[in-house]
Amino acid sequence: MLLEVRELYVEFRTRDGIAKAVNGVDLHVDEGETLAVLGESGSGKSVTAQAVMGILDTPPARITGGEVLFQGRDLLRLKEDERRKVRGAGMAMIFQDALSSLNPVLSVGDQLGEMFRVHQGMSRKDARAKAVELMERVRIPAAKERVGQYPHQFSGGMRQRIMIAMALALEPALIIADEPTTALDVTVQAQVMDLLADLQREYHMGLILITHDLGVVADVADRIAVMYAGRIVETAPVHDLYKAPAHPYTKGLLESIPRLDRKGQELYAIKGLPPNLMHIPPGCAFHPRCPLAQDVCRTDVPGLFEVSEERRSACFYWRETLHG
Amino acid sequence: MPETEQPQALRGSGGGSPGGGGRIAATGAGGAMDLAASEATTLERPPGAPGGPGLPGGPSGRPRSLWSDAWHDLRRNPVFVVSGLVILFLVLIALWPSLIASGNPLSCDLAKAQQGPQPGHPFGFDGQGCDVYTRTVYGARTSVTVGVCATLGVALLGSVLGGLAGFFGGAWDAILSRVTDVFFAIPVVLGGLVLLSVVTSSTVWPVVGFMVLLGWPQISRIARGAVITAKQHDYVQAARALGASSTRILLRHITPNAIAPVIVVATIALGTFIALEATLSYLGVGLKPPSVSWGIDISAASPYIRNAPHMVLWPAGALAITVLAFIMLGDAVRDALDPKLR
Amino acid sequence: MGRYVIRRLLQMIPVFLGATLLIFLMVNVMGDPVAGLCGERQCDPATAAQLKKEFGLDKPVWQQYLTYMGNVFTGDFGTAFNGQPVTELMGSAFPVTIRLTIVAIVFEIVIGITLGVLTGLRRGRPFDTTVLLVTLVVISIPTFVTGLLLQLLLGVEWGVIKPSVSPDAPFDELLVPGLVLASVSLAYVTRLTRTSIAENRRADYVRTAIAKGLPRQRVITRHLLRNSLIPVVTFIGTDIGALMGGAIVTERIFNIHGVGYQLYQGILRQNTQTVVGFVTVLVLVFLVANLLVDLLYAVLDPRIRYA
Repeated sequence: MLLEVRELYVEFRTRDGIAKAVNGVDLHVDEGETLAVLGESGSGKSVTAQAVMGILDTPPARITGGEVLFQGRDLLRLKEDERRKVRGAGMAMIFQDALSSLNPVLSVGDQLGEMFRVHQGMSRKDARAKAVELMERVRIPAAKERVGQYPHQFSGGMRQRIMIAMALALEPALIIADEPTTALDVTVQAQVMDLLADLQREYHMGLILITHDLGVVADVADRIAVMYAGRIVETAPVHDLYKAPAHPYTKGLLESIPRLDRKGQELYAIKGLPPNLMHIPPGCAFHPRCPLAQDVCRTDVPGLFEVSEERRSACFYWRETLHG
Repeated sequence: MPETEQPQALRGSGGGSPGGGGRIAATGAGGAMDLAASEATTLERPPGAPGGPGLPGGPSGRPRSLWSDAWHDLRRNPVFVVSGLVILFLVLIALWPSLIASGNPLSCDLAKAQQGPQPGHPFGFDGQGCDVYTRTVYGARTSVTVGVCATLGVALLGSVLGGLAGFFGGAWDAILSRVTDVFFAIPVVLGGLVLLSVVTSSTVWPVVGFMVLLGWPQISRIARGAVITAKQHDYVQAARALGASSTRILLRHITPNAIAPVIVVATIALGTFIALEATLSYLGVGLKPPSVSWGIDISAASPYIRNAPHMVLWPAGALAITVLAFIMLGDAVRDALDPKLR
Repeated sequence: MGRYVIRRLLQMIPVFLGATLLIFLMVNVMGDPVAGLCGERQCDPATAAQLKKEFGLDKPVWQQYLTYMGNVFTGDFGTAFNGQPVTELMGSAFPVTIRLTIVAIVFEIVIGITLGVLTGLRRGRPFDTTVLLVTLVVISIPTFVTGLLLQLLLGVEWGVIKPSVSPDAPFDELLVPGLVLASVSLAYVTRLTRTSIAENRRADYVRTAIAKGLPRQRVITRHLLRNSLIPVVTFIGTDIGALMGGAIVTERIFNIHGVGYQLYQGILRQNTQTVVGFVTVLVLVFLVANLLVDLLYAVLDPRIRYA
């Protein structure tokens, strides 16, 4: 197993109180596997990713519990300097907004080459050559000419390719992509996603794909983990989950996708609002919005029930959901 | 001046960019004005962006307006409360100095010149034998008058000119931008020295007039920027699309949103104007006796600072506290109104 | 880039003409340009008319302005009250003020930026709060009060410095006056740096730099500072002109024979030529400094360069 997150808890201390962003997340990724983490904004998926990467702003964030086992080592117990060396070399991250995520005053060549210079002590010239190579690898035309240009001189799709190149630079074992295509035009989204999927196969990397877009997930993911209020509520192989969700929240998500074959019908929407992280409802956090909620959901927190060998659901009524 | 707009749009964050509408002009009046100008630009941004990363949802969504939200914060901010009380006190003694000082600031007794504190005269006497305490109290009136009048003038003139230029754009905007550039090129103290040295009146009005003359461009820039930002808001575009008249859009939609930065800068500017009046009086071109002013008293006492430091320290202290109070007030208001810091 | 420079240069011309015209009008229309020429006494009407004719003061103001500017461009700034050419006064005054300004700028850079970076990285800690409060106090106390107090304490009470600077004004005697001149700007540079650092610290590209596994030192110097200092550098550049214009107060306190001193004398003696001449040069310095800052800005920020 490449990465295993156990019982991870993260909270944010703000002026208005403590926001519990991640409340006991368990997940794992194998080598060469693509795990999609699905959830609304505020479900804790980005915070989980940042906690794994070790780039949370502390304060205001605070990891209050759990383990992040990466290639057998608990990253949360490493010294900061050891931890730093894992970043970039062992695991890398691709962010949503490439324009703001790239340094505006350094050329893309400098920013790509920096990976080699810092982690491998490469000379300026060699690093530059590597940067060109990387840019070619992510299919940026005229890489040699463009290596000295600045981020604002590239188009959105090209910038995201540069982000991908930067993540690939040291051929890490795991890549975390946080909504990598959300900020792009629809036509470019598919290209960038395909590129990412190709490269992932080529390098046999683990990939955590964080998204709220169910369409993206279906194409590239092997497995899905659905998050709600800072917890994983369902995890399953992608096709099983699409065929028959085992959690009412997943079901709601799937039903709220517009579909051509149901033209004319009213779109389904999950009732209610996402939970306030300062005051997460007791029991199952989803119960105020759940059509199946019973008394037990209001008082007891459901554990992860084993649906099948590869599937888990955090719902007392997973059977009813699965077959209903 | 569409071409100079570009840098500002590209600029990532507050601070200054030359060539942009939001440039920090070092005015020579001192950093406070620059402080006001640059920090207020952050207020031009629309509110409503959620807090830290991964914290969407955030605090419970009670709908509160920017202003009531700010007031809610301000009442709990000790800096605001203290500076507010100091200012209240200053205004009070500016209006009725006799409340706490029974003497006459102009009745002096040369025999007592430079004497230290004695019963009934806690701050001692100045070089002319006048009671320093009484003069310090009465000095507040001049300072507050100059500060308030100059600020009102600057705020009115600057926000009307800047606001209209920002709203209508085009040739007027271009002309106004060049005119403000001209005024920015003249260091304030220098301009005051040149202009006021030819004035013989001993009232406060030439000083106030000069401050308005050289001060309005600063506010006009802020107002222009704020109006341009507000103009781009979707609801303003929507109102325009629905056929609302220019006047209506300007009054109902833009003014309420553009006024926050102007108020903050004006508050801080009030403090700087008081300091500027004292500086000009110190240089001998501001107010002239028989006006009672802290600047005049400090200037008159500074040659004797060695033997009778109390003659300088009391008016100087009063001056510093007054300016500090206004700047802190402006700073606190800015913090409260700045949606980014929530 | 070349077009940018030319455009900025062209924009400078009307501003320069406008600002000098404004000063010219202030002095010539509102004041009495011959008042200072008859010494302490009032000029009698006949002499005044004679003098006015001699200096071309009977002509319309715009014509006077054009003549004056024409002279200025040939290097003729007229004569001062004691018959010395104004250019000669400038020759002795500007080096002194430039030295004073250099001292002030160095203080701004060294102390201001250091404090700003330290507080920006430690936002909300006691050190930050203290420095922030001190900067507000420094900004609030007018320069002439700060100057008088420092002179009293360091010069008179403790005898660390000489209370007034000798006519040559060497660098070491200008340290304290330079600090006084810089004080307000210094406080402002601190605040500006702090805000800029604190703001950029949360920027996405800093997060990227951390995610790349760069050492903290490198994240700060190469990514955070490089971006955060752009507005600070431009402010300091713009401040050069303002400091030279504002030096008048400091020079008066410490009796420094620089630009401010000459200007002050010119105003006291109502010598139009000196005043207009010095102010014209100061305006020019201010505008050139601004131009250089704009170019520097373009060098530092590629987004401007390629816009």
